[in-house]
Amino acid sequence: MDYFDRFAIPHPSPAIYASMVAIGLTMIAIVIGLTYFKKWGYLWDEWLTTVDHKRIGIMYLISALLMLFRGGVDALMMRAQTAVPDNTLLDAQHYNEVFTTHGVVMIIFMAMPFIYALMNFVVPLQIGARDVAFPRLNALSFWLFFMGAMLFNISFVIGGSPDAGWTSYFPLAGNDFSQSVGTNYYMLSIQIAGIGTLISGINFIVTIFKMRAPNMKLMKMPMFTWTALITNAIVVFAFPVLTIALLLGTMDRLFGTHIFSMTNGGMDMLWANLFWVWGHPEVYILILPAFGIYSEVISTFSRRNLYGYTSMVASIVIISFFSFLVWMHHFFTMGQGPLSNSIFSITTMAIAIPTGIKIFNWLLTMRKGKIRFTVPMLYSVGFIPIFTIGGVTGVMLGMASADYQYHNTMFLVAHFHYTIIPGVVFAMLAGLTYWWPKMFGFMLNERIGKWAFWFVAIGFNVTFFPMFFTGLDGQARRMYTYSEATGFGPLNMLSFVGAIGLAIGFALIVYNVYYSVRHSSRDIGSDPWDARTLEWATQTPVQSYNFARTPQVDSIEALWDLKRKGKPIFKGDIEKIHMPNNSGMPFIMSCIFFVWGFSLVFSMWIPAIITTIAIFACMAYRSFEKDDGHYISVEDIKATEKDWEVLADENR
Amino acid sequence: MIKKWSFLSLVFALLSVLAGCEPLMVLDPKGPQAETTANVIWISIATMAIVVFAVFGLMAYVVFKYRASKQSEDYEPPHIEGNPIVETIIVAIPVIIIIFLSIVTVKSTYEVEATPKGYEDQKPLVVYASSSDWKWHFSYPEEDIETVNYLYIPTDRALEFRLYSYGPITSFWIPQLGGQKYAMSDMITTLHLAAEVPGEYMGRNANFSGKGFAENIFHVEAMPPEEFDKWVEDVKANAEPLTEEKFEELLEPGHLGQLTFSGTHLGFLPPPEGHHHGSNEHDSEHDSEHAHKDEDTNHSGH
Ligand code: HEM
Ligand SMILES: [Cu+2]
Ligand SMILES: [Cu+2]
Repeated sequence: MDYFDRFAIPHPSPAIYASMVAIGLTMIAIVIGLTYFKKWGYLWDEWLTTVDHKRIGIMYLISALLMLFRGGVDALMMRAQTAVPDNTLLDAQHYNEVFTTHGVVMIIFMAMPFIYALMNFVVPLQIGARDVAFPRLNALSFWLFFMGAMLFNISFVIGGSPDAGWTSYFPLAGNDFSQSVGTNYYMLSIQIAGIGTLISGINFIVTIFKMRAPNMKLMKMPMFTWTALITNAIVVFAFPVLTIALLLGTMDRLFGTHIFSMTNGGMDMLWANLFWVWGHPEVYILILPAFGIYSEVISTFSRRNLYGYTSMVASIVIISFFSFLVWMHHFFTMGQGPLSNSIFSITTMAIAIPTGIKIFNWLLTMRKGKIRFTVPMLYSVGFIPIFTIGGVTGVMLGMASADYQYHNTMFLVAHFHYTIIPGVVFAMLAGLTYWWPKMFGFMLNERIGKWAFWFVAIGFNVTFFPMFFTGLDGQARRMYTYSEATGFGPLNMLSFVGAIGLAIGFALIVYNVYYSVRHSSRDIGSDPWDARTLEWATQTPVQSYNFARTPQVDSIEALWDLKRKGKPIFKGDIEKIHMPNNSGMPFIMSCIFFVWGFSLVFSMWIPAIITTIAIFACMAYRSFEKDDGHYISVEDIKATEKDWEVLADENR
Repeated sequence: MIKKWSFLSLVFALLSVLAGCEPLMVLDPKGPQAETTANVIWISIATMAIVVFAVFGLMAYVVFKYRASKQSEDYEPPHIEGNPIVETIIVAIPVIIIIFLSIVTVKSTYEVEATPKGYEDQKPLVVYASSSDWKWHFSYPEEDIETVNYLYIPTDRALEFRLYSYGPITSFWIPQLGGQKYAMSDMITTLHLAAEVPGEYMGRNANFSGKGFAENIFHVEAMPPEEFDKWVEDVKANAEPLTEEKFEELLEPGHLGQLTFSGTHLGFLPPPEGHHHGSNEHDSEHDSEHAHKDEDTNHSGH
């Protein structure tokens, strides 16, 4: 009995039981559905074992969208709880679990896979490559992320969710003060997903350095690829810090070491330092690809080349460098003294300079352009004013003396949502709508898309602007309730109304997908937006080998030059193409990782040891495996390229 | 500049009236330190308003002027790589703004970290403020009294708070008197404040510390020095003494109302003074101090 007690939820409530039932029923439905339609084979052959970067991208995308809704429901619950003073919808414990899961899900399991979804799909196409450098590792990255996400999500129904905030500060997150297994889940699921991310980081850096089309110099890469490169460079420097922090944290939790504890010489501040040495660069990992997406979208829909390309590249490189020098602004109030606070204030504010340059470059790109307000463009244009408010409030937070007043208040919550939602969510919606036709072969409905945009944009501002005021009025963040006397009530109610608007916007986006699947034209050609970069020089949907003939490029906007100046990019004869084989290994190995994580969460040592051995066995097996991939014959290529080649030839 | 200022103050005044008919707490300072931060905040709002107006204005102009629906069919946008003059301007202006704000920041940060201006030659009132789940303990060592969850302070006197915690990291914050600072279990942080207006203020823990966090507030009352002295005398004469057993009881997780004691806990449970983790000065003396503390703050009970 004791044994099974540990899996029980420490703080059960009807909502949790309901979701248990819902999760159970969904799983059963999926299994029955797959069996009934005899789709197990299809699922295994085409998706679970795939090493195709485009499919992996799509799987990342679906997971990210699912997690967006999971995190969104958490957000709605929080806003509902705080809408009126002394509300009892959630109790303190549940509120703590909800904002912790919200933060973790949004950053680690929503935003991260979203950027990797688009990077996976777009980067190899933009640089004229057949796949990423290590396709099988890429699949492993995805499955590790996915299993990490699943492990994190089951904490809700087995054993209890983490409740120490997404920052998980010790000693609060230590065994003394967080006794449920929630924080174990936090440590292990992020660890598993994080290893996947680190692998991706290396994979994409190698891909971008080694697999660009002939003649594509670094300074001829499209902007999104540039941001992908720099982002992955940050990943490679930042994620090892997280890995170590989580490892040490796990040891404190599982083995009773005293690294971050209050006693026996533990240093709680070390956790804060390690966490933010990763955590601050992490926000740039999220924002830089967004900058890349906006650059592509704004230039395409203004029919103009990107203004100040060189300064754009320079600014992302500078930002990436500075992002490692500012972490201490997250704990100005920890008493390090005015000297180091001053230094970190200045480095923090300095980041505003390259960021400002980028904003002006986008504005100058639109100047003298011919602006079409498509849905992706609306998100990009909407991003500019909202992100500017996020940016300037960031500078305000960067001033240490003033931050003593903003720190840990709703002002901060408003600020980071003002950067992260236009910066990440808008960008992802822009990128999603923009690349959707390439991914799926039809366009999303523009009319519904525009309605969704306005709900999201207005709902967003109504939700978050009031928080600047409640913050300055003394409302701390993470408070599950407040008394009537504080006067926070009306503005929080307003914020709840805004959150409902946001929710409607997201529901419209889902409806748009449903509507467009049913009604959109499938006859859209391969370049429906009249775009400028290489990913649009492929068939729609893209062939497994991407390009029948490797493109030859000598400008940033190769496709545009082909279309306007008739510069050919596909030269020479079609040759047989070498492609990697599918493999079940990444999926199987990640499943083992899942069991490994689960065993450790509950300190079940025997399965933990067995799975550890199994993981190494998989690696050993892989290193002795002979798998040279396969060739696609010239006839096959010619057959699949038949219709499209005509088009390409015309352009030559 | 004046126009912008008055316009902004108007907007803010209006919004804060809407927000509850009272000025926003942080912008309604009652002491020199909070006044410094409020001024810094206003300066930054004004400066940042310029940036916001510039970006919004430029964007509105570009978006309206160059939208496709307003242009002729055959307009083909030009290819422009960049322009050294324009690019110099868009770099130079942010640089100037950031330099200006950096100067303001450094100056004000040193100010709020020091004894409040005008009180330098006075001996500050020292108060040890320690948090435990989810309470605040205020020890007045010189007065030899201790309170729980409320704080009486004299006006026009420098206050020196020494902060530490018997549990998770907390943050000591009285918005109308000054910015917050963390209280941690293995070191002491110091916060300098002063109150210049008698009155009642809200104080709270601003750093999430678990289940009872929302209610982790304390009541602050600033009063003329004579009144404060009278209160101290009164407490000394009438309050029950704080014993070690009693204090252990208080440390148990939970909420308590306001309590008053004569004597402090500093004698039998010394604060973690004298060392800063992160520095390598962990000599044996400190270790023994740690060991001592381990016995006394045993958290296995919850
Ligand atoms: C979609 C609408 C959203 C709403 C209504 C919302 C609402 C909130 C609220 C009210 C909090 C504060 C919790 C508290 O302090 O009590 C919060 C925290 C947070 N949010 Fe959101 N949020 C939204 C979207 C997002 C997105 C898209 C992200 C990231 C990509 C995000 C990341 C975070 C993080 C990291 C925290 C901090 C969690 C913590 O304090 O541990 N949120 N959110
Ligand atoms: Cu940061
Ligand atoms: Cu410390």
